[in-house]
Amino acid sequence: MRIGIDVGGTNTDAALMDGMTVKGACKTPTTSDVSTGISTVLKKVLSMTGVSVSEIKAVMIGTTHFTNAVVERKRLLEVAAIRLGLPATKGLPPMTDWPGDLATTLGRHIFMVRGGHEFDGREIAPLDEKEILRIAGEIRARGLKTASITSVFSPVTPIMEQRAAEILKNEVPDLSLSLSHEIGRVGFLERENATIMNACLADLSSRVVSSFHSALKELSIDAPFFISQNDGTLMTPDYVARYPVLTFASGPTNSMRGAALLAGESEAMVVDIGGTTSDVGMLMQGFPRESAVAVDIGGVRTNFRMPDVLAIGLGGGTIVRDEGMRIGPDSVGYEITSKALVFGGDTLTTTDIVVAAGLEDIGDRSRVAHIPARTVNNALDTMHRMVDEAVDRMKTSADPLPVILVGGGSILISRDLPSASKVIRPENASVANAIGAAIAQVGGEVDRIFSLEGTSRDVVLSAAKAEAAERSTNAGADPQSVKIVDIEEVPLAYLPGSATRIRVKAVGDLVMG
Amino acid sequence: MITHITLDDLDDLALGAAVLGTGGGGDPYIGKLLARNAIEQFGPVPLIQLEDLPDATKVLTCGAMGAPTILIEKIASGEELGLAFDTYEAHVGYKIEAVMPFEAGGVNSTTPVMIAAQRGLPLVDADGMGRAFPQLEMETFNVYGVPAAPVAIADEQGNCGIITTQSAAKAEWIARGITIRMGGQAYIANYGMDGETARRVSVPGTVSLAIGIGRTLREARENHQDMIKALIEFFATTHYEEARIIGSGKVTDVSRRMENGWSVGIVTIEPFGGGEPMRIRIQNENLVVEQGSDVLAIVPDLICLLDVDTSEPILTERLRYGQRVNVLAVRVPPIMRTPEALEVFGPRAFGLKHDYVGLGL
Repeated sequence: MRIGIDVGGTNTDAALMDGMTVKGACKTPTTSDVSTGISTVLKKVLSMTGVSVSEIKAVMIGTTHFTNAVVERKRLLEVAAIRLGLPATKGLPPMTDWPGDLATTLGRHIFMVRGGHEFDGREIAPLDEKEILRIAGEIRARGLKTASITSVFSPVTPIMEQRAAEILKNEVPDLSLSLSHEIGRVGFLERENATIMNACLADLSSRVVSSFHSALKELSIDAPFFISQNDGTLMTPDYVARYPVLTFASGPTNSMRGAALLAGESEAMVVDIGGTTSDVGMLMQGFPRESAVAVDIGGVRTNFRMPDVLAIGLGGGTIVRDEGMRIGPDSVGYEITSKALVFGGDTLTTTDIVVAAGLEDIGDRSRVAHIPARTVNNALDTMHRMVDEAVDRMKTSADPLPVILVGGGSILISRDLPSASKVIRPENASVANAIGAAIAQVGGEVDRIFSLEGTSRDVVLSAAKAEAAERSTNAGADPQSVKIVDIEEVPLAYLPGSATRIRVKAVGDLVMG
Repeated sequence: MITHITLDDLDDLALGAAVLGTGGGGDPYIGKLLARNAIEQFGPVPLIQLEDLPDATKVLTCGAMGAPTILIEKIASGEELGLAFDTYEAHVGYKIEAVMPFEAGGVNSTTPVMIAAQRGLPLVDADGMGRAFPQLEMETFNVYGVPAAPVAIADEQGNCGIITTQSAAKAEWIARGITIRMGGQAYIANYGMDGETARRVSVPGTVSLAIGIGRTLREARENHQDMIKALIEFFATTHYEEARIIGSGKVTDVSRRMENGWSVGIVTIEPFGGGEPMRIRIQNENLVVEQGSDVLAIVPDLICLLDVDTSEPILTERLRYGQRVNVLAVRVPPIMRTPEALEVFGPRAFGLKHDYVGLGL
């Protein structure tokens, strides 16, 4: 048996699964320390199912914590964004196409240094080590805790990123470093963007992962635990602590895969309403439709392969203003249990609205009795319109499509939606994320340049497939269940010796002890 | 009529240029950002029609040469084309008065906008390819007698040169050799001509065509209209006239290899309704669509794969198994279909055994 946990901005959910069957599921508010919420929800799910700790073979955790931090521009560190590549790349400095507020939050500490490589490993310019030393001084002077380093063609040759990191580590020993070749693929701006975002999460990621550890320890669960990444496969905790950015879209992926399982619909629109945002994505053959193009996270372009999801600022903790005419985009998040009116707070949230309307019975109803009917109606209209518009925007034709409502915030939607053929609210819908995490598989990926000299495409491709399969097995997949799910082959023009870039992805079921 | 290219036009231009790129020409995103920076700094770029171009105006065409994979990794300094223009002007001894793209498809739709803004010059609403092609000699300029040389070539490190040769094919061969030494990406200014000549040898209206394609797709999406239908109706109002969906299906194989530095590939598409698979031959761009013994569309007509759900054009580098696509074909205008034009960029120029039959002809 395994437990899937989803740590959202507002609630922490758990689902105890026996194979593909949900044995029990429950939720509890997310706590500011994260771990208390996790141990509470674990105790709850174990006691309601009567399953003992020793029967748990694995725990899978999905979290939108890092995505939310970027979307809300909260808990982010200022970053020294270092680029190695001058005189190339000068035309588009770091954070060129970023939303101004996020670039400002990260402090716009931009450093462009001579260096970088050509596609074949020759230097564009030697690394300007003196400049790196000067930047180290700047980092100390400005009190920065984290830095990103992105060098031109580092996926081909990472040595300049590593050398620059070595110098910085030597000069500023407690500096946290994110190197682009470990995070992304070829495609400079997108890889640099992801690396800068990874760097700004350095502090948050180590705190969150250690709180996961302590929560499981508290309950004496010694089964291995994993964290979901973008594509719905699993990562080890150590890996997440260093590369939190790789969890960015795991929430939507888990929720959509969980929803597919629960609703028994494989072609539908999934609307996952959490505490902070609503994520709308399309389900095709039971899997999220992947974005074919670059994906924006908090307004920043990345080249992660992720589900095509539209996020809007509507959740159970979203703040209601202007007599219900204006909702969000900000939310009280995990503080809903102290800030929402029904919980004795002083902030009018969407949850207060549905309680005031008599649609739900949460907290203390009397505390929302004073809200004018006009405000309640306006807010309900606005919330339904926001979701309907988001569904409409994600639709790819005018044809009606079933809409599956999941997530704790799905209580906000009580009416039919004009854009939907039907609205499905599957049982256990509010914990679809946790279910999706629990049924996640283990992946292995190969993405690099292979020479075709003296060999053939078929030979190279089967070697890459075998390597990807082996990686997924090494990461904990049952060899019998491993399947190649994605193959991409792109020849690099002009590369001597006739070379090709191959990306192969394999996934399999987690072996459970 | 578009009289100036403003910041608001750049998204549409980039999207339309991706359609005209017929799978190649590189992702216009980077070029769009460079053009945006230039317009923000220097203001909107006047767009001048061929018929309004004074006879004596000195026109220079330009764009980038190299591998798109490199373009998106080794980002430009933004000074390369300026250096190429300086080098060209020093060589010929006169100042350039108007800029023209040499390729309307892909990233080269936007790089000329950047240099026009930087130098305060108008952009001519025309080009020499009417789409994207892989080689410098595949230009209507060359077809109708404008020498390709002198070619000014420059990179981000300040390296630059002038190539003078007798043939466009040689200019291509030498420039590409230099491009490899420049790290697989170089910036080029060549095919200098006067306004009178430009009117005779250029594919007219292709900058505003690209903006129109992008705008049509965007507005259809915003209004939840049938994007494909809107696009086909739009083409009917232009000198490209004929456009249609020649097939729809799922990509079941993408096989690629290198031939003399060119990426050559075959994409297999299984039609949704069953029937024989379609095969598309790619050499940077999509060249020919065959089904059994039938040729459904062939170069120089445009063959563009559009995502079934979003109608986004798919670059050949991003093609992969499982994608669901509509295959859009568009007939090129008459200036690109003459016997002398087909000799330079018709099927035989790409080593194909078929003769050109224009879509719907």
